[in-house]
Order: sequence, then structure tokens, then C-alpha cells
Amino acid sequence: MHISIVEQVDLNQAYQLLQHDGAGGVNLFVGTVRNHAQGKQVTKLVFEAYVPMALKEMQKIAEAAQQKWPLDGLVMQHAVGEKGIGEPVVIIGTSSAHREASFAACRFLIDELKKTVPIWKKEYYQDNSVWVNAHP
Amino acid sequence: MNILLFGITRDIVGQQQLSVPSAEIPATVHELKIWLVKQYPALQNLSSLAVAVNNEYAQLEDTIPAGAEIALIPPVSGG
Repeated sequence: MHISIVEQVDLNQAYQLLQHDGAGGVNLFVGTVRNHAQGKQVTKLVFEAYVPMALKEMQKIAEAAQQKWPLDGLVMQHAVGEKGIGEPVVIIGTSSAHREASFAACRFLIDELKKTVPIWKKEYYQDNSVWVNAHP
Repeated sequence: MNILLFGITRDIVGQQQLSVPSAEIPATVHELKIWLVKQYPALQNLSSLAVAVNNEYAQLEDTIPAGAEIALIPPVSGG
């Protein structure tokens, strides 16, 4: 498995890392910057991570996925820094002999990443900015 | 004792790191949180506030070993 926190995610690299002669399916999920949130226009996002802990938490999630599904390849890449509208910020990739495992594991990996991995995003609007999820 | 700050906790404290005076070093995560809220009441308004000890989520009753790396983990929002 390949886990990283990077300045820019790399879709081609992720795809290459997932290739495996025994795999009949490759799933790639790409999370991107959307131009709106809660009815407001978003101008950019800034991501930061507590890198050593984030890598450790991503590793735990990846190991859990490998226990649950027979995977041939697994990639988790998350970007940090400033990202504009449309830019990719996270790539989750899985490959397996049959597609069911890849689809299910890919979904699991992104859902769990959002729950526990210490990465934060600040949303910038025309007039202000907020740390997402910080307040109830 | 130094505490690493991220996201909104850094904005609330106004620094990258927080140092706890040696006379006030808390023994447990729970004591640390009480101390933090007393110093920075705005931390109470967050949806959650976890503490990491040596890169692992800690429980309230966990003791803080000397020299441990401590970080505040406000609600995460990756992805």
C-alpha cells in the first residue's frame, strides 16, 4: 500500500501503483475543490495536516481495508496547501481481482479518512473564511 | 510542556505552539483539557477537541508521559 501527504496529488502515479497482473478492476476516487458550500461561493481551500499522525491514521485505515477485502493495490494520497476550484485534493485507489472488493474498499477508505485523519480545511469565501466542521 | 496546535486551535490561541509552565503541567489528558479551557474559553465552543499523545488519539483518563509529543486535534475535515 502507498500512503502519502503531498503538495500535489498525482493521478497517473496512483494508477501506476494500482496496476497488478492479478487485478481485474481498478477504482480511483478523486476528491476535488467545489465552488460552493452552504449556499456561499467558495474561492479556495487551504489544507493542513499533522503529518506524522495523519500518516499513521491512514495506515490504520488501509490495514483495516486490507483485512476486509482481498486487495491487490491500495493508494491514499492527500494534498496540503492552497487549492483552487476544481483542483484534486485527495486520491483513493484500490485494485482487486473482482470489482466488488475495489468499489467497497475505495468507499470505506474515503469515508474513514474523513472521520479520523488529522487533516483540516479552511474554506475561503468572498468576504471571510472558516475552518470546516470546527463549530456545531 | 509544549503543545502543537492545528486548524482553529491555532487561531484561538494565536500561536503555532503553546507552552505550559512547568508548575502547571497536567498529569492526565483530562487535566490538560481543564487547563486549556481555563486559559482559552473559546476552545469550549468547538464541536469536539481531541488530544493526541505521541501521534495517537488519547483518552481523557490517559496520563501524559514526560517528554511526550502533545497535539490538539480539533474536528477534522480532510477529504
